Amino acid sequence: MSDAIALNAAGNAEPPRFYDLAGEHHPQQGTLLGFWIYLMSDLLIFACLFAVYGVLGRSFAAGPTGADLFDLKLVAVNTAMLLFSSITYGFAMLAMQRRHVPGVLAWLAVTGLFGLAFLGIELYEFQHMIHTGAGPQRSAFLSSFFALVGTHGLHVTFGIIWLVVLMVQVGRFGLHAANQRRLLCLSMFWHFLDVVWIGVFTYVYLMGVLP
Amino acid sequence: MSHPHDPHATYGHDEHGGEHGPHTEHVEAAHGSMRDYVTGFILSVILTAIPFWLVMGDVISESGTTALVILGFAAVQIVVHMVYFLHMNPRSEGGWNMLALIFTTVFVVIILAGSLWVMFHMNANMMPMSPHEARIQP
Repeated sequence: MSDAIALNAAGNAEPPRFYDLAGEHHPQQGTLLGFWIYLMSDLLIFACLFAVYGVLGRSFAAGPTGADLFDLKLVAVNTAMLLFSSITYGFAMLAMQRRHVPGVLAWLAVTGLFGLAFLGIELYEFQHMIHTGAGPQRSAFLSSFFALVGTHGLHVTFGIIWLVVLMVQVGRFGLHAANQRRLLCLSMFWHFLDVVWIGVFTYVYLMGVLP
Repeated sequence: MSHPHDPHATYGHDEHGGEHGPHTEHVEAAHGSMRDYVTGFILSVILTAIPFWLVMGDVISESGTTALVILGFAAVQIVVHMVYFLHMNPRSEGGWNMLALIFTTVFVVIILAGSLWVMFHMNANMMPMSPHEARIQP
């Protein structure tokens, strides 16, 4: 051991190299790339549900159709909620870049409220449909509708839970590197859900009411 | 990984020492600017409002044309969200993000187009069945 050091000090002009065994300076953003791959696999789940809806979406079994059930004004409000929540999450990220903890917390709270509003409107819609006898068991169209839109709503629910957990984390421990990485992951998750919602409101709701 | 010309690349280099710039916990490409978010938001509002207006206002009488047009708007809006909100670009994560996205997109297209194609052909090629036959089938 001491021989090696001596040799190094004596003959070798090359500066010593340090290998980062702790993994703190990982050159590739492993977590963010991994989370992106998870989102891509999630996208495949949604693609399957979209395919199911595409195949079964016109099998009404003599039951109500999309034109009978969907209230486009409600869907427009819902879409606006999700769109607003996307930009307010963006503002939270901008506040994070400025290392401004109160700003991050405030914008996350606003994002969470928009998310809750979205969920509330969606649950109201579901409850209204089930109440009028248009539940998931009514027809193949409604089964695939509830599977697709319900899965998206479930994602939003878990996104809100994650958001609240991160607000507690940031509030207690500040914007350290791990929390910033978590906020970046949730950012991708949240915007991804908005992307999926574009497909839902276009393909399910808007095209569902077309004659 | 280092992009000195990137206007967003200055962030996050101060905590592990400047010389470790690209090796910090932060990925430069994942950060947007206020202009990015506002541009994306305005474009999204426009690209959302037009399809709703087309459908709710019965602007185009042919529903097949309306469907194609609003699908086009959805595709554009998805790209807008990817660029301005998810900050997708060919450089992020050294290109791996984009590669994963392209791979998944190919899969999604196969799943969607394949399912619709196969299932509608199955419907069309189904043996005709009278209501009576449908009632007595096993």
